[in-house]
Amino acid sequence: MSGKDEVVLLDFWPSPFGMRLRIALSEKGVDYECREENLSDKSQLLLRSNPVHKKIPVLIHNGKPVCESLIAVQYVDEVWPRRSPILPSDPYARAQARFWADYIDKKIYDLGRKIWATKGEEQEAAKRELIECLKLLEAELGDKPYFGGESFGFVDVALVPFYSWFYTYDTCGNFSVETECPKLILWAKRCLEKESVSKVLPDGEKVYKLVLELKNQLGLE
Amino acid sequence: MAMADQTNVKLLGMWASPFVRRVQWALSLKGVISYDYVEEDILNKSSLLLELNPVHQKVPVLIHDGKVICESLVILEYMDETWKGIPLLPHDPHGRAMARFWARFSDEKLEPNAWTAMCSEGEEKEGALKRAIEAASKIEEQLIKGRRFFGGDDIGYLDVAMGWVACWLPVWEEVGAMSIVDPARHPRITSWAGDFLSHPLIRTNLPPKDEMVDYFHGKRKRIMAH
Repeated sequence: MSGKDEVVLLDFWPSPFGMRLRIALSEKGVDYECREENLSDKSQLLLRSNPVHKKIPVLIHNGKPVCESLIAVQYVDEVWPRRSPILPSDPYARAQARFWADYIDKKIYDLGRKIWATKGEEQEAAKRELIECLKLLEAELGDKPYFGGESFGFVDVALVPFYSWFYTYDTCGNFSVETECPKLILWAKRCLEKESVSKVLPDGEKVYKLVLELKNQLGLE
Repeated sequence: MAMADQTNVKLLGMWASPFVRRVQWALSLKGVISYDYVEEDILNKSSLLLELNPVHQKVPVLIHDGKVICESLVILEYMDETWKGIPLLPHDPHGRAMARFWARFSDEKLEPNAWTAMCSEGEEKEGALKRAIEAASKIEEQLIKGRRFFGGDDIGYLDVAMGWVACWLPVWEEVGAMSIVDPARHPRITSWAGDFLSHPLIRTNLPPKDEMVDYFHGKRKRIMAH
């Protein structure tokens, strides 16, 4: 065991990307300091640690920053390999996990944002596409308890934070993720039985309140 | 072990795709010299491609011992974990995170903007061009002085991932009548590109330039006609 590890996470509480990191660190039992960023007044540390994107989350381990949530989750898995492995050990299973995590990254956040930030046909189109994507993920989950199979893994970590945003999508988009994808909701609730998830995911209504404030600030109806 | 594995490797590809070529470069680095290559007509995708990559319906698709892997960067990682020989990713976790970060940056910020700049005009082109140049400048800052390649003394994951910059970007610049990577503004990228293209495992594995120019002129025309 090396000397004391210093782990800092620059975060913003409703960010599903930040939640991924907090879940991963919790799974690994890693002590860390979480620093909440004000995104309209970013800290010097954030700007220095992520000069390219200036975004959260940023994991800073012994002074060295790691950016992009899925990259940082893999980093955490590699630095603390012994406890609760996040990626499976088989190369093909790892490739599958990376593929689906990448799919989630490409689709969910942007479509979700269109649902709460737009109206009319743009919103409807985003809704339709999001439902399609969630159904595809539901099919990929199949009868497995987790995307990772018997144990909670990389794809679960990548997707479960968005569960805290479903209330926002439902309310703004006037539909129900649960009605469209009941198995996905069952999976999310199963994940929430884990302390590493339940302690991290904020309440959906709290997220929605923030989104309403944000819409107000952005001048969106 | 390496020899037996080679006979069960198949790659669905397209000759002018930078994403396919990076897999071919990696196969070469890993010493996988004989594999089945299937050229796809992307305007008329085969039922095999649609069956093997139903989610994205794109090349490259690698099939190894019947296992199907899609998405070029996912394929590179799979290859690194499956075939020993020249390592693609560095050993230390921070180095790996950095390599992954920049490969993603190249794919999300430089490539799409360079592409859009090539296939558009007016304000759309100007905006995309500006973003592409900014992205190139950020990469320029990342290239470590005194090292020939991103991987150090020899090529690795990030060189393979960014190889399209050495090979495709000059073609797109010509077709789009624009300049993104400029020797004056980006001396390190320019020098790296020269070293990359003359690497023994790369220089014999490049698509023909004239055909690329024709191909992308054609693509640009078709896109802009819509």
